[in-house]
Amino acid sequence: MQTSLEVCPQIDQYAAMAGRPPAIVSQAEAAELRERAKLRLLEMHYQSKVGHIGGNLSALDILMSLYHFRLGPEDGFVLSKGHAAGALYVTLWTMGLLSDDDLRHFHGEGTRLSGHPPLKGIPEVIFATGSLGHGLSLAAGLALGKKLRGEDGRIFCLTSDGEWNEGSCWEALIFLAHQKLDNLTFLVDVNGMQGFGSTMQVANLGSLADKFRAFGVRTTEVDGHDANSICAALECNDGPLAIVAQTTKGCGVSFMENEMAWHYLPMTEEQYHQAVLEVTECARLSVLV
Amino acid sequence: MRQAFCTGLVEQAGLPEFVFLTGDLGFKALEPLQDALGPRFINAGISEQNMVSVAAGLARSGLRPWAYSIAPFLYARPFEQIRNDVCLHNLPVILVGNGGGYGYGVMGSSHHALEDYGSLLTLPHMRAFVPAFDSDVRSMIPMLMQCEGPVYLRLGLSEEPKGWPVPEYAPWRKLLCGNGPVLAGVGPLVGGTLTALEQLEEDVRPEVWLVTELPITNVPAEFIVSVRRTRRLFVVEEHTAHGGFGQMLVHHLAAAGEPLDSFIHKHALGYVSGLYGSQKFHRAECGLDPASIVAAVSMQCVPVIR
Repeated sequence: MQTSLEVCPQIDQYAAMAGRPPAIVSQAEAAELRERAKLRLLEMHYQSKVGHIGGNLSALDILMSLYHFRLGPEDGFVLSKGHAAGALYVTLWTMGLLSDDDLRHFHGEGTRLSGHPPLKGIPEVIFATGSLGHGLSLAAGLALGKKLRGEDGRIFCLTSDGEWNEGSCWEALIFLAHQKLDNLTFLVDVNGMQGFGSTMQVANLGSLADKFRAFGVRTTEVDGHDANSICAALECNDGPLAIVAQTTKGCGVSFMENEMAWHYLPMTEEQYHQAVLEVTECARLSVLV
Repeated sequence: MRQAFCTGLVEQAGLPEFVFLTGDLGFKALEPLQDALGPRFINAGISEQNMVSVAAGLARSGLRPWAYSIAPFLYARPFEQIRNDVCLHNLPVILVGNGGGYGYGVMGSSHHALEDYGSLLTLPHMRAFVPAFDSDVRSMIPMLMQCEGPVYLRLGLSEEPKGWPVPEYAPWRKLLCGNGPVLAGVGPLVGGTLTALEQLEEDVRPEVWLVTELPITNVPAEFIVSVRRTRRLFVVEEHTAHGGFGQMLVHHLAAAGEPLDSFIHKHALGYVSGLYGSQKFHRAECGLDPASIVAAVSMQCVPVIR
């Protein structure tokens, strides 16, 4: 799996569209930002002693690309795979929308950063999620709302791949295709793992991309750890659009990659230091390449 | 009530925020609304989970979505969507369930709604409206259009006695005077029982109250005075006992320190014989038909030895 975060040629353009100055201007800065986010995610999960780190690492590059290079003030985002809340919080932290102090309280007593996106307290979180199979319908409602109100902007949604076991996802797919919600983009984090086995073992859906196309939805397949690829796909404003992102659960940490256990386990001190070492080394190499 | 419902909503069609979603139902009933709303009338297909979450998204966008289906398809199938996406976010989504109680009669148990408002009222911010008469529906619609949180509207068939003037709408209305027990009920069933109760001698005839908004709030002082005087309470509703109006009312009275000597609760019992029939058939099996209610009220009038 490619792990370098190269700067998309259109990044400045995306940033301008989003109404903010380009956050990343060089490959080195992109790598540094990616490293900072990943290290902060690991630290946050280590300190809070919670699991879900695998699916957070698979989603992080998608969320970073989406927030830094695509989302503008008129856009909205729903994290349907709510168990990637950590990756969302860290992404918001890289944008200055959450503080270090916020992250330090992740998953703690009296925190506003619960294990899944909260009901209140973070303006960027439009809907609290966590139970799978809700987010795409919510996003469809937001997109339809924009169309009925004649508003600009686009709604984005990130689902997991295992989540497509839920019948409600397919209800949403039928609806968004039939209603021609051309202001909606949904991404699928295809890390190939779910709660108690691989997606192939549990309920093999084969190619989700083929299925989305069969429902009449324009579909792009990307490397979910390649910013170029993700940003280029996010550029499309026709739709509704599905972006099927191939990812690696536990991406960037060798002993976590493609291991179901890292849906659940907290890290030991030794594991945490090993993970930090690997992420730091990977970032150093990607700059040298 | 569907015609009154449709007519009432057509009158609101000029509100630009008003959006109506249907779970593929409304044939020979909602066509005028479809014509009036144009693109704001959306047939969401047979997909209630999606419809409820879409409604939440629309409400979050600043619109006023109504979502309509046969009652059990609307509150039971998408219960988690109602809980997580609508109620926890306190969004103004109006869920309209047609055929409350045994309304769909011989269509069978899948189509009955015997635990709708009870289960929904366990959810945060939820309010339930149960009109008894067509005119109630017309009175409720403008109120619901202004609601600030989630609402469940249970529709049935209006059962107002012929020639009987429906009193002006209020959440609690006294429909009949009498010196017997205090009878409080929810839904059209109450209207359908009035004629029989009216025939009773004044000393036996209950004082009848109709309640159309739940959970219980702003109980009229007059009602409390009557309960205090008679200490006999009789509750009727086409809903299970668990989570029903009867339990709510007794809880309210107990919390307020109002003692009762006698409490009779006539409610839905499910499928007593295992057979199916009309709404009238199922009500009779539960003792919710006028004759059974009259008999039970008369029994409650037997003096209580304290």
